[in-house]
Formats: sequence, C-alpha cells, structure tokens
Amino acid sequence: MLSFVIRRLLLMILMMIVISMVSFVIIQLPPGDWVTSYAAHLRAISSPASEATLEALRERYGLGEPVWRQYLFWVSGFPRGDFGIAMSMQDTPVADLVLPRFGMSLLLSLSTLVVVLGLAIPFGIIAAVNRNGPIDYLFSTVAFFALSIPSFIVALGILFISVFYFGAVSIGGLYDAQYMGEPMNWAKFKSTLEHMPGPMLAIGLGGLAGTMRIMRGNMLDVLSQQFIETARAKGLRERVVVVKHAARLAVNPIISRVGIHLPEIIGGEVIVSVILGLPTLGPLFLRAVLAQDMYLAGTIIMLFALILLIGNLLADLVLAWSDPRITYN
Amino acid sequence: MDATDTRQEAQAPAPEEEQAFRPLSVRRLMWRRFRRNRMAMIGAVLLSCMYLMIAVPGFFAPYEFDRGNPRYVFVAPQALHFLDDEGGFHVRPFVYPLTGKRDPATMRVVYTEDRENPQAIRFFVRGYDYTLFFGLIETNIQLFGVDEGTIFLAGTDGRGRDMLSRIINGGRVSLTIGLLAIVIMVFVGTAIGTLSAYRGGWFDTIVQRVIELIRSFPQLPLWMAMAAIIPPGWPSIWVFFGITIVLAMIEWTSLAREIRGKALALKTADYVAAAEVAGARAPRIIFVHMIPNLSSHILVTATLAVPTIILAESALSFLGLGIKAPMTSWGVLLSEANKIEIFRLSPWMLTPAIPLILTVMSFNFLGDGLRDVADPHSSR
Repeated sequence: MLSFVIRRLLLMILMMIVISMVSFVIIQLPPGDWVTSYAAHLRAISSPASEATLEALRERYGLGEPVWRQYLFWVSGFPRGDFGIAMSMQDTPVADLVLPRFGMSLLLSLSTLVVVLGLAIPFGIIAAVNRNGPIDYLFSTVAFFALSIPSFIVALGILFISVFYFGAVSIGGLYDAQYMGEPMNWAKFKSTLEHMPGPMLAIGLGGLAGTMRIMRGNMLDVLSQQFIETARAKGLRERVVVVKHAARLAVNPIISRVGIHLPEIIGGEVIVSVILGLPTLGPLFLRAVLAQDMYLAGTIIMLFALILLIGNLLADLVLAWSDPRITYN
Repeated sequence: MDATDTRQEAQAPAPEEEQAFRPLSVRRLMWRRFRRNRMAMIGAVLLSCMYLMIAVPGFFAPYEFDRGNPRYVFVAPQALHFLDDEGGFHVRPFVYPLTGKRDPATMRVVYTEDRENPQAIRFFVRGYDYTLFFGLIETNIQLFGVDEGTIFLAGTDGRGRDMLSRIINGGRVSLTIGLLAIVIMVFVGTAIGTLSAYRGGWFDTIVQRVIELIRSFPQLPLWMAMAAIIPPGWPSIWVFFGITIVLAMIEWTSLAREIRGKALALKTADYVAAAEVAGARAPRIIFVHMIPNLSSHILVTATLAVPTIILAESALSFLGLGIKAPMTSWGVLLSEANKIEIFRLSPWMLTPAIPLILTVMSFNFLGDGLRDVADPHSSR
C-alpha cells in the first residue's frame, strides 16, 4: 500500500510537469500578450502609451523571448516558491495573490465534495429502500429537476433572494467583512464556515442530485442479489442488512466517480465565486485570463489541475480502504 | 404466467389476437417504448417548440432584439388582461398602454397604465422587416402586436429593448451552439474513438494519453483559457463559430472514451471477424460494420452532452468570454442582469434563466428516454 502511494506521488509529479507545460502553452496561445491588453486598456482610458514604453515593458517581463525560455524562467522559480509576478496587479508576486485563495478554493471544493457525498449516499439509500414509495418519488423528482439547474443560476437565485427578500446591500463574501485582510484565525475560520452553505448549495446541488440517483440505482442492483437474501434469512435486522451488507458494496462506484465529479465542482466553484464575490481562485483566474496575465493564469490553471490530482489520489485511497477486493501492486 | 392467464388469452377473439402478436418492426417497437416515457415526450415537444421559435425569430419576436426605445427603459412586464375595469370579459386579451414619468426623487422613470385606452392584441400584425430562409423571403409579419402603445410581455432592459424578443434571439445562439458543437464532437469523437479501439497499439496509447491530459484540467477553467484565444477584434459571427469549436474541442474526449469502450467490445464480435476474413479493409469495417452498431449509443451520449455544451456557452458568455454584441445569448442576457440594483428594481431581467433551465431539463428527459429505447438491457 505504501509503495502504491509513493508510486502515485511520483507519477503525480511527472503529471504536474506535463500539466505545467500544457498550462503555459494554453495561456500563451492568445494573440498578443499582457502588454497588448495593457496598451488597449490605456487607449480605452485615453492615455495611450508610446511604442517605446510598451517595448520597454516587454523587455522587462521578457515577453519577447521564445516561449520555451519564458517557460523555463517561470518553472525555475517553483522550487523557491516563486511563481512569477502578476503583471496586471502592480507586479505583486503570483504566490502572494494565489496562496490564500488556493486554500479557500481547496477548502470550498473538498468540503462541497464531502457534503455532497455525505448527503447523496444516505438519500440514495433511503430512496432505494422505499422503492416506488412516496419518499422515493419525492427524492427522485426533486433530483431530476435539481440536475437541470446549472450552478450559476442557483448562485444568481441565492443572490436574488438575499437581495430581494432580505434586503442585502453588498454581495456575499466568504467571511464577515471585518476579517478582510486578516490572516486565518479561529474567528475568521468560524465566520467562513457560517458563510459556506450558500456557495456549497450552488456548487453542489447538481452533483448531489446526480450522485443520489446513481446511489439509488446501485442500491437497487445490490439489494436484489442473493447474499442480501441470505443475510435476511439469517435473521439479521433489516437495518444491518441495508447498511452493512448492501450500502457498503453500493458505495464503491460512487467513490470511483469522484474523478468525474470533482472537475464539475471546480468549474462550479469558479463561476459561483465570480457571482457571489468569494475570495477563491475563480475570480482571480477570470481577471488574469481577461488581462492575459500569463504567469498568474498559468499558475491558477495548474493549481486547479493539482486539486484534481489530489482529489483523485484521495478517492483511490478511500476506494482501496472501502473495497477490499482491490489490490494495488 | 399461470394457467388461468393462458386460458384467458386462448379464449380471446381471433382477430385481436392476430393484431396483438403481429411482429412490429424494431423502429415501431422503439417508438412505442419512447412514447411510453411521458417525460421524454414532454421534453421532445418542448424542444420542438423552442427550435421552431428560433428558426423564425422575426415572426415570434414582437420587436427587434437589438433596437432599444429610450422612452421605455426598465419597463416591468406588461400584464395580459382578460377582464376590464368594469369586470367585462374579453376573449381577446388586451394590455394597457404605458406612459413614463421621471420620479424627481429617485431619477427613475415610473410607468403608469392608461386604463382608459385598452389595446387588444392583434395577431399577424405588420411590424419590422426581417428575412426568412437566409434572405429568400422578405416580410414584416409578426405573430402578435398592438396597434398603439407597446407590448412588453417580459419587460424591457436598460436600453429599452424588449426582453421577450431578446430571449428569443438569444435562444437562437444558445440552442444552435449546442447542436453545432455536438455535430463536431460526434464526428471527431466517433472517428477517434473507433479508430483508437480498432487500431490499438501506439495510436491507441497516444490518443488515450492525450485524452487523459485534456481531462486532467477541470473543464470550465480550460474553456475559459481557450475562449480567450479568440481575438477580441473578430466580428460576432466568427466569435460564435470560434466558441463552438472551443466547446467541441474539449468535450469530444468524453464521447471518444465511451465509444472506444463500446468499440473494443464490438471488435471481437463474430460479424467483425467475418468481415475481416472476407477481406474488408479498416475503413469499411469501421464505417459499415462498427459505427452503425454504435449509432444508438452515440445518439444517447450526444443528446445528453447537449446540455453540457449549452451550459458551457452560457457560463462563458456570462463571464464575458463568450458571445459578444450585437449577437446575444441567454448567458449574455443573464450577465446583464447580474447587478444588485437590477435584482432589487428590475428582477424580470432574470427571466432568461427560465428557458435555459427548461432547455437543459428537456434534453435530460429526452436523453433519458432515448437511453431506455436504445439500450434494452437497462430496463427500469
């Protein structure tokens, strides 16, 4: 098991190297660079910069160099924790901008995932046990509708309700305004937790509905198998049969689906954060993409891929623990 | 079936029995099965209506979607009335004309209904000019309108443009982009998926690694980065096609994977082996023998992928990375509504969410129904 984890971690590093290259290339693809979009911005506020100034800026950021050299320059800083500078944000180091938000993104994504699974699995079990009963119909119908509501509409809905019915004047945030700019501490963490349910609902609703439906289907498949009949014939209580015999088996495909589910959560996190004004990577990424701030955008898209890799590794470990039939060697 | 049942059936009148056991064609059987799924039927009907509407937006939209009337800014949806102030019932619904007056305190224009002068809705009225069938026919007939005053059934936006007309024209982009991207995706995904399964070896390995690499990024951020490649100076129709290609470029991977899985199973089927023995070449085996057998699966996967594409386009446009003016889409319309003042004062600007949700829901229902039809093993 340990050797499996080590091998996976090594593979992850290899993956990250390839991912960093691809990230950089994608970010480089748009025609022009940050200076072009900066010049356009200056023209828009009617104070155009001279060609010489722009050339000097290009020189300063090394934007005229070949792509591979820019890439090497960018990557060579990684071991020192240097991810380049954000040109569109007064040359702030990318690491300073990204790290606090990365923590928030990770917290929001993974806790949404945990809450979604934690709710979807019991709901699926309840629906399957009451097959074709009123509870099942209620759950399945609600799930089918919830499945069709995109996360950004849920976020708009939450915002609309808070403004229209509760008279909110400013939008969202992930903690009370008084903690703005403060380093993470217990009070801020508590305030963060209090603010999470809204964003989590927006991000996780579709996934919750989908996972519930799959769990229900899995449970129905397992409940019709012979060992369930045997367990009942032994005189076990129905509760034990359902939870310890059936659910234990039915839950495995759900865990292996985390790899499909997590990208949706991250995508949802991006757009929901933009709408609700959350201090996560999403709004920063949007700004970086629009301003063609390549180090910033490249670092963020790489971190998104890293969250995916971590999530998949955790899912594999959990699966190995929950399904003893799986051996790694 | 127990004995009594059999006897009852044996006693049934002959002609009916004949009818009951007449073998139906596969197509008929599928249609029957599909029709039994009520939600799928509702989805199909709803989608047909929506696609009909966007096929001739000039006919259904009462106003030009990109021309505003500065006299009618942020008008709330006008109600359709059947009862007049005296309580008299009218078969033909009517609206009250509006007169705007600026409130000196809030500087906001307030509209009051002119109760004296009800305007009955007229059908097939002559309004603005538009062309049908790619410019072949020029006409100016709209489905409905009023003689005097205005009819804004979904209100207007900040530039006095009719929201209903904007929603219909926005649907044109949102609904076609889904289908267009799916067509590209189906071609690319099927070709690569089947080839990858059939060829195997290094080709398969490379394709699988590439797909893995694309999928190691979460989709939406990747789409955002790719959408930024589209030059800002492009005309909006080019941007439309650019976005379509960007959406298809990433989404084909999921189809290619699924097709590869199914094709791997087909590869060892007897009839493929027979075709090989008979001397058929790879293209013939793939196009004549394998793809037709995968077609129902492709259809289901494609149908279920349409909402993903439509939502992706909406999300990109919402974020300002997608469709640009003068074109509009539901995502663009929603992004125009994403302001606190609008939530509070003009909530009707959020109505584009309704057709968006309905579309996604209908495609989900339809895809579910098609899956039941296409895959007889998944009986529920």
